[in-house]
Amino acid sequence: MSSTNDSEVPGKPKRVVSRRGFIRGAGIGGGVLGAGLLDKKALALPPAEAKFVGPGEVPITLKINGKPQTLNLEPRVTLLDALRNRLELTGAKRVCDRATCGACTVILNGKSVYSCTVLAIDAQGKDIQTIEGISNGKPHPVSEAFVNNDAQQCGYCTPGFVMAAKAFLDHNPNPTYEEVKEGLCGNLCRCGTYVGVRQAVLEAAKEIKGGNHA
Amino acid sequence: MPDYSWPPMDQRRVIGKPTKRRDGLEKSTGRAKYSSDQKPPGTLFGAMLTSPYAHARITSIDTSEAEHMPGVTAVHLMTAAGKEVQWEGAEIATVAAVSEELANDALRKIKVQYEVLPHLVHENDLAKAGNRAKPAGEVVTGDPDKAFQEADATIEGTYGIPVITHCCLEPHGNIVQFNGDHIDLWPSTQNVSGIGGDLGKSLEVAAANIHVQMQYIGGGFGSKFAADSWGVEAGLLSKASGGKPVKMYLDRATELKIAGNRPSAFADIKVAAKKDGTITAWQSTSWATGGMAGGGMPPLPYVFKNIPNIRTNHSAVAVNAGAARAWRAPNHPQASFLTCSALEDLAAKLRMDPLELFSKNLGYTEREATYKTQLQKAAEIMEWQKRWHPRGEGASSGHGPVKQGLGVAINTWGGGGHASKCRTTINPDGSVVVEIGTQDLGTGTRTAITMVAAETLGLPLGAITLRIGDSDYPPDGASGGSTTIGGVSPSTLKSTTNARNKLFEVVAPVLGTSPDQLAAIDGRIQVKDNSSKSLPWQDACRKLGSNKISEMGENNPRNPGGLMSQGVGGIQMADVSVDIETGIVKMNKFVAVQDCGLIINPKLAESQIHGAAIMGICAALFEERVMDEQSGKYLNADMEFYKLAGIADIGEIVVYLDITPENDKRGVIGLGEPPAIGVVAAIGNAVANAIGVRVPQVPLTADRVLAALEGRNA
Repeated sequence: MSSTNDSEVPGKPKRVVSRRGFIRGAGIGGGVLGAGLLDKKALALPPAEAKFVGPGEVPITLKINGKPQTLNLEPRVTLLDALRNRLELTGAKRVCDRATCGACTVILNGKSVYSCTVLAIDAQGKDIQTIEGISNGKPHPVSEAFVNNDAQQCGYCTPGFVMAAKAFLDHNPNPTYEEVKEGLCGNLCRCGTYVGVRQAVLEAAKEIKGGNHA
Repeated sequence: MPDYSWPPMDQRRVIGKPTKRRDGLEKSTGRAKYSSDQKPPGTLFGAMLTSPYAHARITSIDTSEAEHMPGVTAVHLMTAAGKEVQWEGAEIATVAAVSEELANDALRKIKVQYEVLPHLVHENDLAKAGNRAKPAGEVVTGDPDKAFQEADATIEGTYGIPVITHCCLEPHGNIVQFNGDHIDLWPSTQNVSGIGGDLGKSLEVAAANIHVQMQYIGGGFGSKFAADSWGVEAGLLSKASGGKPVKMYLDRATELKIAGNRPSAFADIKVAAKKDGTITAWQSTSWATGGMAGGGMPPLPYVFKNIPNIRTNHSAVAVNAGAARAWRAPNHPQASFLTCSALEDLAAKLRMDPLELFSKNLGYTEREATYKTQLQKAAEIMEWQKRWHPRGEGASSGHGPVKQGLGVAINTWGGGGHASKCRTTINPDGSVVVEIGTQDLGTGTRTAITMVAAETLGLPLGAITLRIGDSDYPPDGASGGSTTIGGVSPSTLKSTTNARNKLFEVVAPVLGTSPDQLAAIDGRIQVKDNSSKSLPWQDACRKLGSNKISEMGENNPRNPGGLMSQGVGGIQMADVSVDIETGIVKMNKFVAVQDCGLIINPKLAESQIHGAAIMGICAALFEERVMDEQSGKYLNADMEFYKLAGIADIGEIVVYLDITPENDKRGVIGLGEPPAIGVVAAIGNAVANAIGVRVPQVPLTADRVLAALEGRNA
């Protein structure tokens, strides 16, 4: 096992550019920020607390849909690939693989993130919610509203859209039509289902407000 | 011969009623398993190395280091030293390994030396294409020279629409397990029944020994018919890895480079007309590329094809870029854009309303009456008469930078129904199974088949167990050309009718009547017009004893029997705002008036048209494959810079489906393609109307709009 702690490594570099920091520095656009990719707290982490692990497999524990899951993986593995390739949680899809399209959206500590651009090791200690975890016995009102309003065709963008919509409604329970358009601009669809998505999110907002989902 | 006909419109209980997608919840809860979500036991990951150069000769390849990496199970070369690669992204080698990360590591250990050769990647300037351009030769109808001489007005313009890529969200790829003489294939395909045979040809395995399964596909749009190199490679790697399944999907960049694109189309166009707007002549010199194979001529002049004097010439330009594939209504969006742009320019020159010019020339089309009605309907929805203004003379002109404009375009498409076979089984316990080896691309095929079966059998939708997406089921054609709904609807109608009639034969003596006097309605088998003499469905099926009914039904494209047909037209209109200081185009409203046949499910038919409109908006405003002249590379092979419209970019979309008894009599006609055709043209025309000048090339990006306003070509 090549896992090490940075404090044990002599001559460790003073400044390490993390993937996340790199993306911030590269000035990714507003849609990404809107979807909450950048976790301000993590960025503010003082370098002294940063840890070095890898490059080989390391044991990690992820709290997914309320349950801790332990797995061994290389630090370079993204949260998305951990979910899809190692945990059989395939609702989140890999499409652009670089934080543009939102098909991989999951909810991390209450905020929607692109799981293709979060390292699995960085998701430790956080609440990870995936599409598989929002059903609560019956389909989530957002999932239902997507069916009622035919907000999907091939369906490959749909789980990501549903998760983005859920997180959006958690923070904005009474959105206007304009707010829905702005709030969900971090997800892309190729079949052209946006007309249905706009209606679905508004319908789901009403449904959730009506107390039809615990 | 049984009576195979659609029930009269007013007697339908299921067909024609807006119905929710049957597999909607599977998708919106994330439970739907696409082949890219599958991981059969022992799955290995495959990855593909591709050429970084647009044109090069391979001087050496060394795979030894990759082969000896722990965890790598197989390495396969797809080319050899001495051979040429003709585009960036061309396949070089593949590997299989125990993890995806390791497979990609192994690719980086393959050492390839190239001798870089000259390339051509741009086709927008025909003069620079040299011997890469292959003119097809002039085709002349009538006497165009004379007509141009005698014309009251002529316009000349150059228009262009670039190569765009399918960008399916589920990338191309598959899982293949090649074990002994048997292959299991989990593809992402528009052709479940046919793809096994295609793969078998390359791997020399009989189609009988190939089992194909696919429940969901994440987009195809014409690009997913064949087994493709990734199918063959995954098979070879699987075989070389002891028969373990190999999962190989293209990464996004490779997907955009080699998994399909729509050919470009450029044209120098000249049109002549009389003062009253009657077109007298058309002349076009067009060119296009679809990769090294060049690109065919779009059908020019589009729709108005009976203009009396025509001269066309087309050159296919071979460029060093990935090959074209079929793209939702092949060549039609390009043809509509080129034609409708020129016609709108002609109207502007004559200071005519383009609707008047279009109307005046509908005699040159094959659907004069249909288009006439549609133009009126679309104009009514768009409030065209009230809101249209001559080019560049909107009310807002001179009062601020945002200009509004309206544009119109036209479409036509064939359709028809592909060959399809369906099997219906009625079990003695009353359960019903319908099987077709088809696929649901997201168009709603599952829902439509279930609705037809429920209608025929008089059962609720939930009583039908539908099985599709498996090569063991009766064969169905590939989903292309908008032919699926016209294929599966008749085969399902016939199969369920045959099965139902068999049940009638068993039940008739019990009800003291003859089979032809029975009907299946609301979960009962009853004597026609006498519902008191009836049996509940379950009781009727119990009369089968231990014998189940299993009956086939076939759609024969050559003998549709009135159940399906082809040929539709449509009119599309766009309302845009353009900021002449920033060049940004904003969609306000889009109207699609679409002619159709019998509509099985209006809710999902409408979704198809919404989707087509949105895809067109993407192409009009954002999409373009950007090639670098120096390096020959595809610069925006990702989803940050290969732009698609987002949820806030599309404006309001109004769909009007022409559901009438007359159209209904034509039978089922596919709708996937026609509404995707005229969108770019309508938006381009609306922008010209708004800003007073033509933006000659799409997408209508800010730089192109500003350049047109400054009198430059972008």
